[in-house]
Amino acid sequence: MEVKILGTGCPKCKKLTEVTEQAAKELGIEISIEKVTDLEKIISYSVMSTPALVVNGVLKVAGRIPSIDDLKKMLV
Amino acid sequence: MEIFKWLNSQLLRMDWLSELVKILVENIFQLETSKQLGASVHFFIYDVIKIFILLSVLIFVISWIQSYFPPERTKKILGNMTGIKAKLMGALLGTITPFCSCSSIPLFIGFTNAGLPIGVTFAFLISSPLVDLASVILLASIFNWPIAIAYVITGIILAVIGGVIISNAQMEKYIEGFVLKNKMASIEPEKLSPEERYRYALDQVQDVFKRVWPYVLIGVGIGALIHNWIPESFITGMIGKNHWWSVLVATLMGVPMYADIFGTLPIAEALVNKGVGLGTALAFMMAVTALSLPSLIMLKKVVKTPLLVLFTGIVTAGIIIIGYLFNSFDYLFI
Repeated sequence: MEVKILGTGCPKCKKLTEVTEQAAKELGIEISIEKVTDLEKIISYSVMSTPALVVNGVLKVAGRIPSIDDLKKMLV
Repeated sequence: MEIFKWLNSQLLRMDWLSELVKILVENIFQLETSKQLGASVHFFIYDVIKIFILLSVLIFVISWIQSYFPPERTKKILGNMTGIKAKLMGALLGTITPFCSCSSIPLFIGFTNAGLPIGVTFAFLISSPLVDLASVILLASIFNWPIAIAYVITGIILAVIGGVIISNAQMEKYIEGFVLKNKMASIEPEKLSPEERYRYALDQVQDVFKRVWPYVLIGVGIGALIHNWIPESFITGMIGKNHWWSVLVATLMGVPMYADIFGTLPIAEALVNKGVGLGTALAFMMAVTALSLPSLIMLKKVVKTPLLVLFTGIVTAGIIIIGYLFNSFDYLFI
């Protein structure tokens, strides 16, 4: 599964990465996380607030860090 | 009125905390708060705790409100307005949207890409760091309500005027091409559950706290130094009330500096106590928060130099004017 974290490097982006990794681990699935920090690429997902989570090319959440349970639903 | 006074002194000024810290400093550290060292220690501990408490509570409440105004919704509201009304709304919405300069750039792109007039976006961009609800309540706590309210009003006027000037200067051609190139899809604002709003607000508190605590410590430290160690004549000699250049110097010093408003307030407080004009201290504070090298470097990624220079010029000039105004009318406030 391809996961992208969009953000310009704010502390919240790091936190979202950590929680996503943990959610994947608890689900027992393999994911590859790519951090997208380039502004042009970030806006190509129509995102206006970071951090944002993109799973297999689909924007799942922007501007906030979801709970680990919600993240699990987004990863399935 | 009595109740209001009591709430103000206990909840905002936290007089109880001042008393507690006094007991701590005098009985445990064995320092007299009427002497230089004891007074500095008292100022430092009291201000740090007070700012941290206010900051946590305020950011939580404001983030809760903020969760009702995600950028997508702000964009929609602003898109339905025109003229000066749109700029005023932009400035007002700026007061309840993000604290961090790293979030303002994607916002700028989103607004501009959606076809919002550049003047509206800049009104938003000027007011967003300058006037936020947290800083207003802190100003009320450290100074008083009239100052806090005057600060908000002048900050919003500056944002609106800045927006008007930038829109009249027809600066659209100085926006980087990629901002407008690909039309961004319009995302519907999310409907959040109360639990999600709670989580968001808590995350914001953590995030802001982590980012600003060093600035608060440094700011209060400098404040304590100014308060009790640096001779008054030295400070008033540089930026005292009787010099015409004080506001100018304070503003130009503040512009390149990057610090948080929570860290700058205790410095402003100490400066005013040392006989610096209210306008001079506020101008310094506004300059530090509204403009900084890092935020200008961020902005440079999306706008070209002429627009960046105009933006910086307007905000700097505006702050200087506000500083002189506050200095001329400070008898109304203190």
